[in-house]
Order: sequence, then structure tokens, then C-alpha cells
Amino acid sequence: MLAILLATLVLHLTDLIILFVSTCANAWRKHGDASYDLWYACKQSNGDYECSVTGDADWLQAVQALMVLATIFSLISFIIFLCQLFTLVKGGRFFFTAVFQVLASLFVMSGAIIYTVMSPAWKNDSETYGYAFVLAWLAFPLTLISGFIYIVLRKKE
Amino acid sequence: MLSVLALTSVVLLGIVSQTTAIVVYTSWEKHALVGTDVRLSCSFFSWQWTSPDVTFSWQYRADGAKEGISIFHFAGGAPYQDSKGPFRDRLEFVGNPSRRDGSILIKNVDFGDNGTFTCDAKNPPDIAGHPSSVRLLVFEKVPVQAGVITGAIIGVVLGLLILIVAIYYLMRFLVARRVFSLSMSKHGKKGKGKEGSQQKQASAVMDPAKLKAAASEKKKQESRREKK
Repeated sequence: MLAILLATLVLHLTDLIILFVSTCANAWRKHGDASYDLWYACKQSNGDYECSVTGDADWLQAVQALMVLATIFSLISFIIFLCQLFTLVKGGRFFFTAVFQVLASLFVMSGAIIYTVMSPAWKNDSETYGYAFVLAWLAFPLTLISGFIYIVLRKKE
Repeated sequence: MLSVLALTSVVLLGIVSQTTAIVVYTSWEKHALVGTDVRLSCSFFSWQWTSPDVTFSWQYRADGAKEGISIFHFAGGAPYQDSKGPFRDRLEFVGNPSRRDGSILIKNVDFGDNGTFTCDAKNPPDIAGHPSSVRLLVFEKVPVQAGVITGAIIGVVLGLLILIVAIYYLMRFLVARRVFSLSMSKHGKKGKGKEGSQQKQASAVMDPAKLKAAASEKKKQESRREKK
């Protein structure tokens, strides 16, 4: 029982860390030395960073908002899980936690889909997706699985 | 003693003023609508007094061009505009060199004016320093400022969340009150006996937490009776 609880906790913490890194790191697209999105377009020249705020594209701001919301909801879900761990009736399910975690996974999915569909076509082969983009797509199934685990999990003494 | 102090401070100031260079300031980016006038500001910081031989020069490099062209030069107290390049008759000097301001005004900007403007200021004998650049971006219509849509989406979703939670707790409170009023009316019609326990329940449901406790207590009592 304790093993399941620890595993669930570790999974949730991993989700939280992945969401934080994906939202805050500025590496959704890479082009040689330059990294673009989610917040700046940074170029590295002579060991110095030259950053400018990314263009005011509407879809990029929507992706920013969705990633931030997913992180916030996952954080709220974690806090509610810790609360429900002590206050839930014996045999009860962690519905509140599951709702927030599933919502977080939906937000991450929407953000990643919007970014994938709307990002401009690559100009040449040296442009690749950065690690933050990969982490965002990784966060979606992990948070969904974590949410479903909370729906199925029952509280025992 | 005082003279020694004054001497050392003068020497230090002399050293400092020779080791620091002139620092030129411009904006980072300028956004403008097609057809409007845009003012590109340029000023500098220098440890020397503003000399009468102060010079400002502006260069323009179009987006995609390899090299820049000179479009403006101020020297010897007089401004010199470019009379042959893309900015002829559109450039005006609106700065005040004695106040260290070398700004220029470009009238009636067009999409072909997109590019980088570099300002270089020299204040003899302080001449070593980096020029500073400002990017001009010309738009057809003003785009939504960065962060407005982001903030709006986050605010709306969090607001909805708080609203839903508030409505949930309100509904629970109202349902509990309705149950209370219903069982009170039943108690008034029938009498005591079984309804005594209902009255106990009715007073308990005022607090939803106590409702849960009452339910779990009932379950425990039933399980005890079953065990007996």
C-alpha cells in the first residue's frame, strides 16, 4: 500500500517538474545557436546572449497561457492530494485531485497541439524542436495517467 | 592634508575618465504604423563636459542588406541630412546636442523602412565607445501587445475555477438548508418517536462536515449492530 502511495507521489512530482521545466525553459525550437519560444528569441554570439521578446503572435500567447495554466492546475492538484490524504473518508476516491490533474493534462495537450500546428515552417534543415517541446509532449500522457490513477485509487487505513 | 586629499581625488577622476568610454543609448525596438512619423532617440553618457565639437551620426541597414548606409551626420554645430538616399526629404533633426540628445524624426514611414538604425556619438576627447542600434518595425495595424492574450486566458480560467468552487459550496449550503427545512416541516406534522432521530439529523446537516461524520457514525453503528 505504501509502495503504491509513494509511486503515485513520485509520478505526480515528476509531472510537476517536467511541466515547470517545459514552461520556463526557452527552448521550444532550436536553430543552431539560437533558441526560440516560448518567451524569447535568443541568439548566442561571442559568448553573449542577444534576446528579444518573441513576436506578438496570438497563437504563441495562447500556448504560453495554456502551459502556465497546466502547471498551476498540476500544483493545485498536488496540494489537494496532500489535503485529501488526511481528510478523506476511508474507502473514498481522490476525485478532486483527479479532476485537476486531468484538466492539467488537457491544457498541456492543447498547448502542445497548438504549437505543433501553428509554428511556422522550417526554413532549413538546421532547425529542430528543442527539449522543452519534447517535455511538453511527454507531460501530456504522464499527467493523464496520473489523473486516472487518482480516479481508481482508494484510500485505505 | 586637505590639499593631498584634493590632489588624489583629481588624479583618480582623471584616471577614471580616461578608462571609461562614452556610452550611447537608444531604444531597443520601435514599433510604428504605416504612414506615421517615428522619432528615433539617441543620447550618450560621458565623463567629459559636452564639447562644442560633439558629433552624432546615424546609419541605416535594411532588413536583409549586408551593409549600412549613412543617413545623417551632425558635426561642427550643423546637421547634415542625406539628400540622395531613401530618406531624402523625410529626415529631420529634432535633437539638442548641448543636452546630449541626437534624436532624429523620420516622417511617413513605409514597409521599406524596416531595418536597423545605428547611432554613434562622439564627444571629443571621449571618442572610444560602442554605437547603439534600434530596430524599426512597421506594421499595418498595431498587433496585440505581448502578454495581453496570455494574461486574459489565465485570468478567465482561474476566475471560472473560483466561480465554480464558490457555486459548489453555495449549492451544498443551500441543499443542506432545504433538507433542514423539509425535515422540520415533517416533524411539525407527525410527532416524536422516530422523528426524534430525524431532528437530530436535521440539526446535524447544518454543517456539511458534520453530515459526513453522522453518515460514517451511522455506518459504524450499523456494523456494530450487525456484529452483535
